[in-house]
Amino acid sequence: MTMENKEIKKQSASSPADAERTKLRRVYVPRVDIYETGDSLVLLADMPGVDEKSVDMTLEKDVLTIRGFVKPRDYPGYSAGFAEYREDGDYERVFSLSEEVSREKIEASVKNGVLKVVLPKAEPAKARKIAITAG
Amino acid sequence: MFGPRFWRFGNLSDWLPEVQRLQDDMNRVFSGYSAPSARDYPLLNVWLHDHDALVTAELPGIDPEKLDIAVSGDQVIISGTREPEVLKKEETYHRRERRYGPFTRTLKLPFKIDPDRVEARYEKGILDVKLPCAQEEKPRKIEIKSA
Repeated sequence: MTMENKEIKKQSASSPADAERTKLRRVYVPRVDIYETGDSLVLLADMPGVDEKSVDMTLEKDVLTIRGFVKPRDYPGYSAGFAEYREDGDYERVFSLSEEVSREKIEASVKNGVLKVVLPKAEPAKARKIAITAG
Repeated sequence: MFGPRFWRFGNLSDWLPEVQRLQDDMNRVFSGYSAPSARDYPLLNVWLHDHDALVTAELPGIDPEKLDIAVSGDQVIISGTREPEVLKKEETYHRRERRYGPFTRTLKLPFKIDPDRVEARYEKGILDVKLPCAQEEKPRKIEIKSA
């Protein structure tokens, strides 16, 4: 699998959530992978600089918002040489979930700057296997 | 070469990455440092202190075991692999935006690196590499004797 021409620059959030921000800070849209397993949806988001204490997640009706806050880094004694990416800025992204999710059992973890959210499907949405008996 | 046959090679858009690459190479030849292209991963920031450099890179979700830092002369090569999530047969992707696979980035510094004192740290998906200047390359103060 190559990723030759995949744009890798951080993408500035245009107007996520149609909301105005009160903090004057850059906000980036994290790149995500979403996959579906038999009984849950799994979301992976790249948020370098974020740990389990600096991530915030809300689920309201079927709108899931993830936010990651990055503590500005400090390099005592160092001066900027050159920069290819910006280190300041938080992450925010909003998803509308198409399927019912059982909200009590949502699990989230952060490892190496990647947020992993497991959203278990609510009972009725789960595929049920129907046994067919010969008549 | 640029006759009508040229256009039979296919869509012009198929050629664009190649043209872009050529332009990147040209830029690199004509300037000491050029802006990174979309092919460069990871992006690097460089901080300087005295005669040492600190290179940082955003590399989320990498197994530190699969991260390699090699130093030779004034060059540092950062390479590694981001392993894709392995899905089971019945699992399907809805969205796939994160990049994975192997990557390599080479950075040339204006001084020789002391390979014994290079330090690297990987935390919260950010890699820090401290690259101290080799002792013999540091400028030496010359005493001026008066006659």
